[in-house]
Amino acid sequence: MTPLELLQLVAYFGLLIVLTPLLGGFMARIFAGKRTFLSPVLRPVEVITYRLTGVKADEEQDWRGYAVALVVFNVLGFFVVFGLQLAQGVLPLNPAGLPTVEATLAFNTATSFMTNTNWQSYAGETTLSYATQMLGLAVQNFVSAATGIAVVSALIRGLARRTAHTIGNFWVDLVRSTMYILLPLSLILALVLVSQGVMQNFSAPVEATTLTGVTQALPQGPAASQIAIKQLGTNGGGFFNVNSAHPFENPTPLSNFLQMLAILLIPAALTNTYGRMIGSQRQGWVIFAAMLIMLITGLSLMLVSEYSSNPVFGVAGVLEGKEVRFGITNSILWGAATTAASNGSVNAMQSSFTPLAGGIAMLNILLGEIIFGGVGAGLYGMLIFVIMTVFIAGLMVGRTPEYLGKKIEAREIQMAILAILLPSAAVLLMTALASVTEAGLSSRANVGPHGFSEILYAFASASNNNGSAFAGLNANTPFYNLLLGIAMWVGRFGVIIPVLAIAGSMVVKKTAPPSPGTFPTDGAVFAGLLIAIILIVGALTFFPALTLGPIVEHLLMAAGRSF
Amino acid sequence: MKTILTALRMLVVLTILTGILYPLVVTLAAQVVFPVQANGSLQIHDDAVVGSSLIGQEMNSDPRYFWSRPSVIGYNPLPSSGSNLGPTNATLAQVVEERAVAFREAHNLAEDAVIPTDMLFASGSGLDPHISPVAAQLQVARVAAARGLTVEQVNALVDSAIEAPQIGLLGQPRVNVLLLNLALDGLQ
Repeated sequence: MTPLELLQLVAYFGLLIVLTPLLGGFMARIFAGKRTFLSPVLRPVEVITYRLTGVKADEEQDWRGYAVALVVFNVLGFFVVFGLQLAQGVLPLNPAGLPTVEATLAFNTATSFMTNTNWQSYAGETTLSYATQMLGLAVQNFVSAATGIAVVSALIRGLARRTAHTIGNFWVDLVRSTMYILLPLSLILALVLVSQGVMQNFSAPVEATTLTGVTQALPQGPAASQIAIKQLGTNGGGFFNVNSAHPFENPTPLSNFLQMLAILLIPAALTNTYGRMIGSQRQGWVIFAAMLIMLITGLSLMLVSEYSSNPVFGVAGVLEGKEVRFGITNSILWGAATTAASNGSVNAMQSSFTPLAGGIAMLNILLGEIIFGGVGAGLYGMLIFVIMTVFIAGLMVGRTPEYLGKKIEAREIQMAILAILLPSAAVLLMTALASVTEAGLSSRANVGPHGFSEILYAFASASNNNGSAFAGLNANTPFYNLLLGIAMWVGRFGVIIPVLAIAGSMVVKKTAPPSPGTFPTDGAVFAGLLIAIILIVGALTFFPALTLGPIVEHLLMAAGRSF
Repeated sequence: MKTILTALRMLVVLTILTGILYPLVVTLAAQVVFPVQANGSLQIHDDAVVGSSLIGQEMNSDPRYFWSRPSVIGYNPLPSSGSNLGPTNATLAQVVEERAVAFREAHNLAEDAVIPTDMLFASGSGLDPHISPVAAQLQVARVAAARGLTVEQVNALVDSAIEAPQIGLLGQPRVNVLLLNLALDGLQ
């Protein structure tokens, strides 16, 4: 690694830290319904939206009402994307003349974009029409991200309010997150990406005759608008098959830097929003620090592993699956950020990383997408672990656990456990099923431990709504399309509904002033304890599975074994 | 029922906003401000599209041109793809060995000559337009001989084709193979 590359890492994390309180403060104003500099333009649009949809913006919902509205809206979105794919053959905006999508693939893709996973069993440039990409996928990119932000804002209200009943209005949170946060940022990022060479048009593929006389069909399409929200909304679904490794999707080092920044921007800033809304920015920074420490530790291990020599190929610095314009450092930084943040876009093929680099990417996902995590989803997942940590700390000193002055009781812990167990169970049970059936095994592209890693990665990615892959696995089979689709439903709503239930049970509680026995949650000790709990839970759940995949592959690679 | 109706209306409004207006506004602005980039950075010579400066091309081992990186899709972009072969894959180990032998033979290199890894391993997209400066320099003698140019002439061309890290900080030094080859054709 060169000093210049180290400097890029410093610039990246430095900028992230600087932007966190800026965007965090802005978002806190949005969730509180206050005026911002965008209000003169957007407030009229917002008001018209409420009028057209019949939403009474000043009527708040209890947690059940909030959850019902959220689920109904998301299920409806699923059916629209599903239907668009089945009808794209006869719909306009299909200059390449792509046919109707097969039903299990359409189920998988509709689920994938509705749940903010953006797992892709298909190749975008040869499967989906521009109509499907815009009216289906791009819309879900926005609203699935806005759904995540809505859930976390509801949870924060549940923690911040005292002896109340309502946790906000889902429709208002959805609209405000989309209009004030996601749309303006996407608009700016999309145009900057175009300046770097990301295309934005509605043309059919262009035929070129290369220097050696071969015909090369160059794909076209409205890519930039979709790529901007793909990163900002931690969606990750690419316009083209190889995602941001594609030169049309990520043409320059600058476009790469900005896309990486966009992956972590909103999840990082939400920690500050949280701090402001509960009246202590310090609480937010403690969570931010815990996330950053885990990310940078994982990233460092990945870099060391990737720069080491691979005895199987006899060289160091393997560039399989990587692009020259990014090199190893930027490929690994992206790999760490995209798996930590439940984004799932890639700028290099994760499957060709060294076993440990790929394994840490997998671990980032398996920990539950809480190291910054998805927009909203990362913070509410992390707050589940905060509650667990407070609970365990309370048990250790023999006091009633409390967080922000509110008692943590049986119901909150039950819900927290549910939110942790459901996705984990889906990963392990489905991986086991795929590992012993012909339908599961026949899709592998690599054999040996790497083949098992492909399967484990797929279910980890789907259940935790990440969307990246060890992409050698042929996931476009009915077996994988259905199973992975079910895993995404479980991983999304199996967490969101318990989280909203916690918001509902916390909001009615009264707060007690801190006593000498209160365990402080705004210091380094708490951050350390939080990290320890996350790693213990993650290790206990997944260490055996990781041993069979990346860990044994690393040991065999070191011995020069190939498969 | 009322919730379903609200959800339906909300989805329609948000679809118009994010699925239609947003991409249209971006398209309009992009086509006005950055028309070349928005349409795929096409390279047009004598009224014919010869490629895109962002997309690499298969050089089919033509000795008169600089070669691109290995690609598992032969630089055919529909669809883009990498190999996804893992770090302990025996097939990949064998392919890498064969590529090394072929590259050394084509360039009269010693048997223990170190070849830059970008010429041994396939890119993630299969469309990588760049190679490392070292990989270009190793090809200079072959290209010069095939074209009847002096090594100095070709070297100068390669030097001027090296792109520095963007804004002095981001990315790696690199050479765009298609642009270099077009410049080469322009010499004669």
